[in-house]
Amino acid sequence: MITIAALTIGEAARRRVLWVLVALAAIAVAITTWGVASLVDLARSEGVGELQLRIGISQILIFIAFMFGFVLVMTAAFFGSPAIAGDIESGVAQALLARPLRRSSYLLGRWLGLAIVMVGYAVLSGLGAIYAVAAVSGYTPPSTLLPVAYLAGQAIVLLSLTVLLSTRLPPIAGGAIAVVAYGLAWMAGVLGKVGLAIGTSGLVGLADASRLLLPTDAMWQGVVFGLEPAFVIGAIGDTPAGRGNPFFADTPPSPEIVAWTVAWVVVVLVLAISQLRRREL
Amino acid sequence: MLAMPRLSLDLPAIDVTDLRKRYGRIDALAGLTMTVGRGEVFGFLGPNGAGKTTTVKLLLGLARPTAGSGSVLGAPLGDLGTRRKIGYLPELFRYQPWLPAREVLILHGQLIGLPRSRRRPAAEEALALVGLADRAGDTVGKFSKGMQQRLGLAVALLGEPALVVLDEPTSALDPIGRVEVRGIIRHAADRGATVFLNSHLLSEVEQVCDRIAVIDHGRVVAIGELDDVLGASETEVRVSGLDPADLAAIERFGSPSLDGDRLLVRPMDPGRVPDLVAALVQMGARIHEVRSGRTSLEQRFIELVAQDRPPAGTPSASVLR
Repeated sequence: MITIAALTIGEAARRRVLWVLVALAAIAVAITTWGVASLVDLARSEGVGELQLRIGISQILIFIAFMFGFVLVMTAAFFGSPAIAGDIESGVAQALLARPLRRSSYLLGRWLGLAIVMVGYAVLSGLGAIYAVAAVSGYTPPSTLLPVAYLAGQAIVLLSLTVLLSTRLPPIAGGAIAVVAYGLAWMAGVLGKVGLAIGTSGLVGLADASRLLLPTDAMWQGVVFGLEPAFVIGAIGDTPAGRGNPFFADTPPSPEIVAWTVAWVVVVLVLAISQLRRREL
Repeated sequence: MLAMPRLSLDLPAIDVTDLRKRYGRIDALAGLTMTVGRGEVFGFLGPNGAGKTTTVKLLLGLARPTAGSGSVLGAPLGDLGTRRKIGYLPELFRYQPWLPAREVLILHGQLIGLPRSRRRPAAEEALALVGLADRAGDTVGKFSKGMQQRLGLAVALLGEPALVVLDEPTSALDPIGRVEVRGIIRHAADRGATVFLNSHLLSEVEQVCDRIAVIDHGRVVAIGELDDVLGASETEVRVSGLDPADLAAIERFGSPSLDGDRLLVRPMDPGRVPDLVAALVQMGARIHEVRSGRTSLEQRFIELVAQDRPPAGTPSASVLR
């Protein structure tokens, strides 16, 4: 498993995908830092109060996290969908699996290698953005590691789904299905927020069911919660505007949903292994 | 008294009995039974769709049989540990295009459990064997198809496996490369390896294999040493002035048949050709041409496959196609 994980990381590095991601993350951090610095200068020159400034920056940081989260999810889909299917289509998998290599080790190695790349990218881009914004604005979110962990969690959930799809479907089909599923889960989360704001239990139930089926939105709520200052949560947490805002979360994901997410990833990987074992090469 | 278990070295390299594989409504293998001994160079022949690659995949555990049983190097089909001792060149040879050739071999060395200190030297040796020593540092993506097939051969020969399975090993090679591969196969056999050669190139099989099996419709239609499968030698004489009634006089040389001016005596010892010619001349016949030899593998292959096929338009009883 470790051999295949190292091979997968090596592949990302040698194919320059890793470096392109790092360069894009650095450019995105640089641009957003410059933008935040300009906004801070403008706001201070206009006499905007420090409190409003911190509220504004926390919201900008959430938008930046959303962008990085989206890039991560897309990367997970595009890396994960050919991970198994591409190797089988090209014949690379047959050469490897004719060796004393268990299919489970091969699959988990591919997943682990990609998960390490995803986590590395989440840490680099997430912490990069948080500390760069802190440097130019003086605002640091209440937690730095927690939102980054949830950002990585969101990518790992989608990566696991694409790896499962990759055991049966061609790369493009698997990637497309995973991206659509992520979009639908996010939309279900937004509708759930609207349902909370207007008191429609059906929409709230839909969001809850969607989080069980694909817990990416639960992870996103963790990112949002970790980036918000406590006084914002206190001020708007219990208002319709707060409850209905997809870029606002008044509570972190419950321990139950976090445990479910971990179990979900395990179940999906077990399913993926079982599918690959049954596949004729 | 309990019987002593046989050592795996005493067991055949490959032994399969009534092996069957069904894909949906298609029988890829319909009861394949064959044995390949240790140290043999074994040719595995058959027309397209006969089940050759399916057999290879079952032997390597890449696919599971629908029915039947078998062993490879004394272990059940698909045994994980045994794969350490098997080298495999797939028909569709593809290796990580972003890795240098040497690193592909080091990776496979790691997978078959070569000690760390042996991986690089073993990789260099295998690359030298297939003529890629000077391209060891180049990435596979820059290789021509023929070079990638040579790399596949190096992967199959890495770590001196006890069984080398080669699926169409020269399909992308030029004539010089094909001659070199014959040498490589012989080299592997000389060090005691069993070579299972799946090939369409009958001349290649004829030159290098000790035993062959011809399969069609997913089962063996002929198996044995090359001489046994090809049958005895024959002599063909283009002759005029020979009365068919005189044929009985030459039955002492073999079984004669006359078709126009072509006399075929089969089977016949090639050493008796001068005596046959003398007898024919004594009988007043005039000799225009004499050809003595053995049925080529190509001819025999076509005969065997034609025998196995139903007349055109008749569906096969045993195999759905």
